[in-house]
Amino acid sequence: MAKNKLTPLMGDQVAAHAMRQIEPDVVAAYPITPQTEIVMNFSQFVADGRVDTEMIPVESEHSAMSACVGAASAGARTMTATSANGLALMWEIVYIAASTRLPIVMPVVNRALSAPINIHCDHSDTMGARDSGWIQIYCENAQEVYESIILAVRIAEHEKIQLPVMVCQDGFITSHAVEGVELFADEAVKDFIGEYKARFSVLDTDKPVTVGPLDLQDYYFEHKRQQSQAMEDALKHIPEAFEAFHRAFGKRHVFVESYRAEDAEAAVVALSSTAGTVKSVVDKMREKGHKVGLIKPRFFRPFPAEKIADLIGPLKAVAVLDRSESFSTQGGPMYSEIRGIMYDEPKRPRIINYIYGLGGRDIFESDVEYVFRQLLEGVKSGKFEKQVGYLGVRD
Amino acid sequence: MANLKELSAAVPERLSSGHRLCAGCGASIIVRQILMGTKDPVVVGASTGCLEVATTIYPYTAWETPFIHNAFENVAATISGVETAYRALKKKGRIEKEIKFIAFGGDGGTYDIGLQSLSGALERGHRFVYVCYDNGAYMNTGIQRSGATPRGASTTTAPSGKKSYGKKQRRKDLTAIVAAHNIPYVAQGSIANWSDLITKAEKAFNADGPAFINVMSICHRGWRFNQQDTVSVAKAAVESCFWPLYEIVDGKLRITYKPKTKIAVSEWMDKQGRFKHLKKEDCREINEEIQQEVDAEWERLLKREAADSDN
Repeated sequence: MAKNKLTPLMGDQVAAHAMRQIEPDVVAAYPITPQTEIVMNFSQFVADGRVDTEMIPVESEHSAMSACVGAASAGARTMTATSANGLALMWEIVYIAASTRLPIVMPVVNRALSAPINIHCDHSDTMGARDSGWIQIYCENAQEVYESIILAVRIAEHEKIQLPVMVCQDGFITSHAVEGVELFADEAVKDFIGEYKARFSVLDTDKPVTVGPLDLQDYYFEHKRQQSQAMEDALKHIPEAFEAFHRAFGKRHVFVESYRAEDAEAAVVALSSTAGTVKSVVDKMREKGHKVGLIKPRFFRPFPAEKIADLIGPLKAVAVLDRSESFSTQGGPMYSEIRGIMYDEPKRPRIINYIYGLGGRDIFESDVEYVFRQLLEGVKSGKFEKQVGYLGVRD
Repeated sequence: MANLKELSAAVPERLSSGHRLCAGCGASIIVRQILMGTKDPVVVGASTGCLEVATTIYPYTAWETPFIHNAFENVAATISGVETAYRALKKKGRIEKEIKFIAFGGDGGTYDIGLQSLSGALERGHRFVYVCYDNGAYMNTGIQRSGATPRGASTTTAPSGKKSYGKKQRRKDLTAIVAAHNIPYVAQGSIANWSDLITKAEKAFNADGPAFINVMSICHRGWRFNQQDTVSVAKAAVESCFWPLYEIVDGKLRITYKPKTKIAVSEWMDKQGRFKHLKKEDCREINEEIQQEVDAEWERLLKREAADSDN
């Protein structure tokens, strides 16, 4: 393939293409808007014999994740995909997958949780799952979706990590928008991910293992401790996957992307597609001489605390944009975590929060510009009107 | 057929002694009898419940064959994942041997919370055996009513009391629900009729598709009788036709055991403390209704068997 040749694809199609190239042994999935096109496209790849994957067309997301746990425990490279209520329905098993240390990769197309029922984007689904023990990658655009899914296999299966990974993209905004995507050669992807060899398998009848035992007061805590260690180790070892990815495809991945934030006074922290909108506003405001920038965490789990603190420390004011509500009355989940990591920093900016975009409410450049102006005025006057605000809502 | 001792010597021991199920528990007897139905390597799945918690207390395991427990309601989906992985890896030449797959679920994990997962796995046609060990209540959490609890039984969530005779509703006919999935093999069995049960297990393991066996399990803790009476209580359930033994092979029903003299259901119930409140005078009507329900179901099975054998 010629370098930089772009293929027009929707975010969902891109996810399906990544899955086609990964060619998992088993995919168990259930359709849900706006993830449906991933399952549909991948099912077609199976039907056309373009992949050798065994597909389990389960009767619910709960069974999707349950079957994935079974397949992964049998040593199969296993994937699924979901959204919103589907993720909520599989919740119990989402935790079990992580605690059983199964390297399942799951594209998630972010969608608002019910009620009221809504099919459009916000991050309430995966933010709710942030404590489930999964690694979480958030993607700005289709290219990132594609690359992150391939990268995720390498991360999940890393011998020192062995954790499942969610690769999140914004429902409809990314999943159903057509973008030009640079696809890698099938062989290159196969080489990059290699063959999966599980350490334990319930199919090894010569060396029987018991998966999912009862674990009481005398051992449970140690196993949980190992699990937190795995997440700490993930912070250490994910850069190896970044390096390998760069060697294989010439592309750099990072925990946190900084966009013109190094010398900025004020920055916005945003995940996923909103980061693209912010970048455009940053460019326009920079042209007018405002020192503004963007900080875009690519990973929310493990939380790249040190990297974020390094980037935020020198700034004067920061607005964290949360596309989900935590109902703590203290702002959104990303805001809480970022404020938490800055507490002990000798130098820290003022950090405020805006909750925005719930249920697919669009965020416009004018909204982002408003946020930057609030920050810049606050820097000047030393006064910030609100600690936590809601952006783009009719109050 | 060989005797039980010979049969158990002919297959490897998959569930070793030292597990922590109660003495007199029906579940471990079921597991051992069912697993006598195949000499092939077996992967066992279990739903959360007595069998799972009592056999796998970390760092110990009583399983000498691969075992997987996931959650309460999803053993069917879980084993369907294992079985699919097996097919995927076998196709690629990464595994060669013949392996059988079996899921054990209690009545709570099968009739109630796991029904959807079971239905999905049956419909998808995975090659696995599902065995429900039905002891008629949530025994692991302390005898709460389930969809399998017999009418009139006292449980901790449908207790008998001054204004209640225990569970008012009839049991769900799970075996019929499973049969409605048109899978190759469906059966009901009992540990008291071990030869019948092992034969059914063999057929289930050899079925070309999903197979299901509903086995009455016995819980002396929940049913309130002495642990040494497990098998005789199981036998009375069969002899009274409360628990009929039959199989449905490719849609055709055959009763595999017909009691020479059908005993009264009350003979079975009288052996158990969970029904003792029904001995009161004002419970005569409900006792009669229970007997009528059992009689009607037995008649239905006899008619169905006759009709199926004509076709």
